[in-house]
Amino acid sequence: MRKKQQVQTTGEALEKPESQIRVMWDTLKKNKAAVAGLVVILFFLFLAVMGDWLAPYDPEYSDMGHTFVAPCRDYYFGTDQLGRDIFSRVLSGTKISLFVGVAAVAYSLLIGTVLGSVAGYFGGKVDSFIMRCMDIMLSIPSILLAITLMAALGKGLDKAIIAIGTVSIPEYARIVRSSILSVKENDYVAAAKVVGNSDRRIIFHHILPNVVSSIVVRATLGISTAILDTAALGFLGMGVQPPMAEWGDMLGRARTYIFSAPYTLIFPGLAITLAVLAFNLFGDGLRDALDPKERV
Amino acid sequence: MLLEVKDLETEFKVKRGTVKAVNGVSFEVDKGEILAVVGESGSGKSVTSLSVMGLIRDPGRVAGGEILFNGENLLKKSTKEMQAVRGDKISMIFQEPMTSLNPVYRVKDQIMETILTHTTMNKKEALKRAIEMLDLVGIPAPEQRVNDYPHQMSGGMRQRVMIAMALACDPELLIADEPTTALDVTIQAQILDLINRLREKLGMAVLLITHDLGVVAETADKVVVMYCGRVVEQATVEQLFTKPLHPYTQGLLDSIPKMDEDRERLYMIKGIVPDPIHLPKGCSFADRCDKCMEKCREHMPKLSVTEDGRKVRCFLVSDEVEGE
Amino acid sequence: MSEEKKEVLLEVKHLKKYFDVETNFFGKPTAVLKAVDDVSFKIYKGEALGLVGESGCGKSTIGKMLVDLYKPTAGEILYDGKDISKLSTKERRKYCKDIQLIFQDPYASLNPRMTVGDIIGEPIRINKLMPDDQVEDRVTYLMNCVGLANHQRNRYPHEFSGGQRQRVGIARALAVQPKLIVCDEPVSALDVSIQAQVLNLLDDLKEEFGLTYLFIAHGLNVVKHISDRVGVMYLGKLMEVADKREIYDNPLNPYTQALLSAIPSTDITKKKERIILTGDVPTPINPPAGCRFCSRCFKKTEGCDTVIPELKDNGNGHMVACHLYDK
Repeated sequence: MRKKQQVQTTGEALEKPESQIRVMWDTLKKNKAAVAGLVVILFFLFLAVMGDWLAPYDPEYSDMGHTFVAPCRDYYFGTDQLGRDIFSRVLSGTKISLFVGVAAVAYSLLIGTVLGSVAGYFGGKVDSFIMRCMDIMLSIPSILLAITLMAALGKGLDKAIIAIGTVSIPEYARIVRSSILSVKENDYVAAAKVVGNSDRRIIFHHILPNVVSSIVVRATLGISTAILDTAALGFLGMGVQPPMAEWGDMLGRARTYIFSAPYTLIFPGLAITLAVLAFNLFGDGLRDALDPKERV
Repeated sequence: MLLEVKDLETEFKVKRGTVKAVNGVSFEVDKGEILAVVGESGSGKSVTSLSVMGLIRDPGRVAGGEILFNGENLLKKSTKEMQAVRGDKISMIFQEPMTSLNPVYRVKDQIMETILTHTTMNKKEALKRAIEMLDLVGIPAPEQRVNDYPHQMSGGMRQRVMIAMALACDPELLIADEPTTALDVTIQAQILDLINRLREKLGMAVLLITHDLGVVAETADKVVVMYCGRVVEQATVEQLFTKPLHPYTQGLLDSIPKMDEDRERLYMIKGIVPDPIHLPKGCSFADRCDKCMEKCREHMPKLSVTEDGRKVRCFLVSDEVEGE
Repeated sequence: MSEEKKEVLLEVKHLKKYFDVETNFFGKPTAVLKAVDDVSFKIYKGEALGLVGESGCGKSTIGKMLVDLYKPTAGEILYDGKDISKLSTKERRKYCKDIQLIFQDPYASLNPRMTVGDIIGEPIRINKLMPDDQVEDRVTYLMNCVGLANHQRNRYPHEFSGGQRQRVGIARALAVQPKLIVCDEPVSALDVSIQAQVLNLLDDLKEEFGLTYLFIAHGLNVVKHISDRVGVMYLGKLMEVADKREIYDNPLNPYTQALLSAIPSTDITKKKERIILTGDVPTPINPPAGCRFCSRCFKKTEGCDTVIPELKDNGNGHMVACHLYDK
């Protein structure tokens, strides 16, 4: 309505386009849980950047004189079996977990989107071939696949990213493909073809922008899965190599002391839970905000 | 009088405000009569029918008025009482024959369900009745078709099944909401013919909701024309189609391409339907009306009765102002 | 107008489009949907040819084949005398530009994430019809042509009503300066009062831009206003083609007669005898042998269900496919 009145007063003046991001933000703002999730995510991002700075101790320095110190004023979260400050290690781990999460999702998103788009848009034999490959990947338990990949690639952070990313490629490919299949049926795609768009332009200009919302939502939720996977690999001792601090790795090494020194386990565990929860809440809110049906 | 709708008001809360989808609508349906409610999208015709059925759900609500069915106010009835009325005394057929039948049940199960809910018949009798009903609506080989699933039938067939279902309990009033809009012309002719024949045979009244004036002319006895939630004209079919009084009705009739005359240009009603949240101050049709006068923009004309018993909401016919 | 004076813009010869609806394990089709089955007609320059039929008759499939959204199973589409399947890449691009489509559903045919200005300007940009700095002016001009205000160009489709969206779709089709526009039920999703506006607009634009229309609709009444000639289709076959007046005053094919009489009339003074057809349109998967209409025809004679009638000239260019008129 605001718009209509504007027309009357300004006459022929060109209206500013309604900002899609603005509309999205307005909807998102109303979702308390999503905002909370966003705040936590931003908080973790802040820690990721500033963590090394804020850490009172060197996260990799082991002080054998102070092993298994319970949380106190000097060591907020206590120290672990090697006398390393858990608080500093959790802070330092933020960076790694978030980085692995985002990088792994970006990697699988990129490849998954390309594969899914090609399969969905062109259909036929190409589609069958790509999707059968994806089915084969999906038939292997994901953590097993990741471990196998790690075994083949060797240990290390970059390898962990590739392993975790590869495992979730089929998921993205499937989502992108099915979204494209439904969007493709719309007349505006046919219309784009009729006025002379190339296939590539149709995919990138007319189809992908309309499936982007579902991909973004899945990717946000995917970050939390990737963080969990990183943690799982770390827990199995295959991800990040010591002495680097990583939440899952911390969890894995602390499990022996679960009864004697529970704090060695609780804090990295809490960090994982909180980060995953934040991404999940934000992802859910994003889905509602990006759904055009919710807008009118 | 079978159905009397008095000053019905139904509103919907949306993000931008409140839409009065139906704003003080009154009409009557006699026993055995076909009353058509005509209007374009957004006129409130479907909301009117849903209000009568008691099917208005959040964010909508019936805000005022009375719906008297055989003298009883339906709006005062509890949910349970309404469930007993729906499908028994009043039943409804919808626009989309493809989606208004449940795809996982056989046709017979769906018809029998209605019968078993509202009558004391046992299953065997109900099945017999279901087959009778399918026969009545002109489905060939009803004994076999009764075992079909909806997807095995064509659109026209499904609409017949819907009608059979609606009529299974001998309703006194059938509400048909755009019953033929989704169908092809030759099938539409079949269904309209069927509704007409059934009306004569069973003596039920029909409240026909449609946007197609042609359908009205061929089937209805009386017509209510709605625009922006209000009745703008009410008359018998003869009166309305020989001499429409409201400029909106005139415009609608003129803008339909006629089969038997050749015109260079079609008449067109200018502009578009106003935003339902911010209706103009005076007559809702003023902005689009060729005969708009100054006072049309200031006051809403009253739906006033003419000498020959029809009702028109226009200052060209009467000077009465709404609410005075 | 005599046949020789009119210049043929596009000709369709024995056009067929079959869809495999079921294939067995080896990919061999086991059920074939004959959407368009051996249809031939001509479209003359500057005319509007109406194409009418009920759902499933193949009218939209023909439209989609003309704009190259579907590839014909068999038959030829001749544009300016050339078979379009044999065009060079360059000629093909010109053909695609010359023939545009207006869609039925104004809600699904506009990309919800593009402003209407971009939607209308895109065809000009991608076909490089003019320098980029002139595109904006052209968009303004096109918007004015279809009755939209220039200040609305930065709005998204969901901010418009159905009729306005359809105008955007029309402007988009006009953007590439086409010769022939296939209008695929352009008004059937619109309200009556808006239908008249859009029909009048299409009529005006035809005059102004010297366009040729193939106007597809399911009702004879809508087509009548805009067309010069009308073709009636049933189950993938063309049943009758004639000048508009001929077809409305003197329909020859029983199906055309039934279709005409089925249209509800608002003229209550003339009570006409309705021809009410029995039964449903059979599925195009297993169409009846012989004349496609024979299962519902009220003038059926022997031979109708075995021999397919050919579309033949019954005098004055009134073509009809019916055994009643076999000489």
